[in-house]
Amino acid sequence: MRSDRRKRDWNGASFGSKLAAAAGLVFLHAPVWVIALYAFTTEDRTYQFPPPGLTLHWFQVAFAREDIWAAMRLSLEVAAIATLAAIVLGSFAAFALARKPFPGKDTITLLFVLPIALPGILTGLALLTGIRTVGIEPGFWTIVAGHATFCLVIVYNNVIARLRRIPSSWIEASQDLGARGPQTFLYVLLPQIATALLAGGMLAFALSFDEIIVTLFTAGHEKTLPIWFYSELFRPRDRPVTNVVAVMVILVTLLPILLAYYLTKPDENASGA
Amino acid sequence: MTARTLNARGRSTFYVALLLAPPLLWLGTVYLGSLFALLMQSFYAIDEFTAKIVPEFTLKTYRQLVSQPAHIDIVVRTVSMAIAVTIAAAVIAFPVANYMARHAGPKMKAFFYVGVMLPMWISYLVKVYAWRLILAKEGIVSWFFGALGLTPVLDKALSMPVLGGPSLASSYLGMFIVFVYMWLPFMILPLAAALERVPGSLLQASADLGARPGQTFRNVVLPLALPGLAAGSIFTFALTLGDYIIPSIVGAPGYFIGMMVYQQQGTAGNLPLAAAFSVVPIVLIALYLALARRLGAFDAL
Amino acid sequence: MTAAIELRDSSRAFGTVVALDRVSLTIAQGEFFALLGPSGSGKTTCLRLVAGFDQPDSGQILLDGHDVTGVPPFDRNVNTVFQDYALFPHMSVAENVAYGPRVRGVKSSERLARANEMLELVRLGSFGERRPAQLSGGQKQRVALARALINKPKVLLLDEPLGALDLKLREEMQAELKGLQQRLGITFVFVTHDQGEALSMADRVAVFSQGRIEQLDTPRELYNRPRTAFVANFVGSANVVEAALAERLTGKRQPFAIRPELIEILDAGERVPDGSVSCEGTLDNVLYHGASSRCHVRIDEQTVLAVARAESATGTAGLREGDRVRLAWRPESAVALESA
Repeated sequence: MRSDRRKRDWNGASFGSKLAAAAGLVFLHAPVWVIALYAFTTEDRTYQFPPPGLTLHWFQVAFAREDIWAAMRLSLEVAAIATLAAIVLGSFAAFALARKPFPGKDTITLLFVLPIALPGILTGLALLTGIRTVGIEPGFWTIVAGHATFCLVIVYNNVIARLRRIPSSWIEASQDLGARGPQTFLYVLLPQIATALLAGGMLAFALSFDEIIVTLFTAGHEKTLPIWFYSELFRPRDRPVTNVVAVMVILVTLLPILLAYYLTKPDENASGA
Repeated sequence: MTARTLNARGRSTFYVALLLAPPLLWLGTVYLGSLFALLMQSFYAIDEFTAKIVPEFTLKTYRQLVSQPAHIDIVVRTVSMAIAVTIAAAVIAFPVANYMARHAGPKMKAFFYVGVMLPMWISYLVKVYAWRLILAKEGIVSWFFGALGLTPVLDKALSMPVLGGPSLASSYLGMFIVFVYMWLPFMILPLAAALERVPGSLLQASADLGARPGQTFRNVVLPLALPGLAAGSIFTFALTLGDYIIPSIVGAPGYFIGMMVYQQQGTAGNLPLAAAFSVVPIVLIALYLALARRLGAFDAL
Repeated sequence: MTAAIELRDSSRAFGTVVALDRVSLTIAQGEFFALLGPSGSGKTTCLRLVAGFDQPDSGQILLDGHDVTGVPPFDRNVNTVFQDYALFPHMSVAENVAYGPRVRGVKSSERLARANEMLELVRLGSFGERRPAQLSGGQKQRVALARALINKPKVLLLDEPLGALDLKLREEMQAELKGLQQRLGITFVFVTHDQGEALSMADRVAVFSQGRIEQLDTPRELYNRPRTAFVANFVGSANVVEAALAERLTGKRQPFAIRPELIEILDAGERVPDGSVSCEGTLDNVLYHGASSRCHVRIDEQTVLAVARAESATGTAGLREGDRVRLAWRPESAVALESA
């Protein structure tokens, strides 16, 4: 017999609130599943639901399209370069700002939050204005410049969060035992921030690959994959191909982010004390 | 101070400066420089005859911004949407955050956290596009309502004066739904964090002093959750205010601030006006931040 | 013989807070020295100046007679055991211990062999492959010790080394540290806020308060002859009798300290012994401690004297709260205090 009759927690969740919570979660996830479903539909003219049939045909069509590949390649190149720049610049900044206070540090820290705090449209328009003022033609490198700017902030945030969790006693212990600056960095700091650096890099990559808001301003005539996607949105034909690309984009951006998340979960081996 | 001590401390400052220089230079010139250039542009004006930008300091563009009723309409429309989205997001987020923070067991909690964060990580454009499909005339929503025999309800909603339209995908109602969907995780997470910080002992004390669960909720939980709500609302408000992509994909023809900015700098070639328009969200967000800070939002972030 | 460590007139301030105020200190070779004081008294700052993690604003630090002010920690022949042990979590125990030799270029096989030797010394010989996260507090502390000692420093600094350990372990470690120091013969300097620890382990103790050294003496002298009210209270709490009451009791306006165990409670009818100082008071309460009890006797509005009474013989069994009692002590037991 049930000897473990659970006492009803007087502050516990009612069935109604559990249902509401579940409904909220479903609301959050349903649209994505829908898109994935639409990538397989046989109907190519409308958004008919339920899909009349399922097929892999559109995947074939999509893979044959040269313009999609070109856009994909551009996005990957931009993301790679922007991420690299972000990793270098972002970690430099994180090391500089992690510890000792100095006059003006607060303002500088604020500066490193602005690129993601201000609305994208502002960043985009500002960059475009800057580009025009200086007289450059928007193109590949302006895209990279724009992406690098907020990607470096992402890396910075990841690395500095990790650095702040390292007790200063570790650095002092390393010095105390005879290690000079570069040695302390190599043997003590780098192993600790490695995962944060990697995670920051992957987040930056995903962000750059998926970026549309600022990129629309800085791209000129270039077409990254999101820009391609955006322009396709208004074309009635080739819809299922767009759906296929959507699924591809989800995969390419979701995986790095998931990995980054698992890398930076508060890890159990962060304590040595 | 001995010369030696000056060296030891001076050395570390030197290294810090060396590290900070490249990223600071980059952000300073590329980013701040651009922002400054933009601000400058808003103080220039377009010469009506030559359609060229006259690089002289003037308040003409700003005057243009606040004097034309069409412009005021745009701002009002955007702000109203932002407020509506914030309220709706708060209402929907609360049960989810409440369950996550206070009632879910450890495994369920982790599941929910990942579950809420996952949509945040999925490509922005893809999500908007997904909703376009869902809200379309032949899309899921219509099918769903039809299957439940509720099509007249849908039609009624679509025939509402301001909010309705030919289909959900081209109505403010649809746009509203998409906005709420997009920013919902940004509301849930700070709220859940704030709720989690409510110590269990407070709830027990409340019960000990005679309060029923509903009263404890109203008198103890809700006030303590307010900073989390304020923090989340910063996101929903600011993000809605500045967005230009969603209104262009889902929604009625009326202009929003973001779209106005995009259009003015592009086809209309009126960069000063675009710049001036883009200053509006900043001012509004700054005001909102000041308000939110009073409510304790910054401690909840 | 040159002092192992010498501080000359060293000061350090953080903003408006003066952590160390013109402190001078000499520690001899092979001494087990304690820096004792409450938090914020400057003892930890003092240690950090010796280690090199901080520089004095003025004054000098000398190690073995050489001026090391401004010399970074990695160039000083001093090693530290940190309060949180500061073991590197991404290295094994053996790799942690071998860190010092590693950064000095010692080959891998040799340094690991030496590390294991050190681990044997601290009785953790088989723990080399483990990770710090798998160790208990006491074990981590011993690894930290081994890691510091492998470098054969002239001075070992310990920052509140036993604070995180429970009572039994603490007493064990105290004995171990003392034994280790005597065997190795190197200078140990440790920081603590626990006066019992300082008294039991150190050869000499410097008592810090508000950035200055109140008294520097052997444990016995500190206990029996505190020079100021602060030391009297901090090192084995003593009763401090202020000038006014002192005048009433002894005729002289000299504040003094008297240890609780040196005051007697006279039984009813017992005569005051010749030459003793005595006074009357009301018994506030009696706290039973097993082997002895602490009686708090209220003399006047401001003064409560603590009296320690052994529980052998009659003990405190007959005493009740509110009783009027008579106290007595020998005048030599009182220690004259410098006015604050």
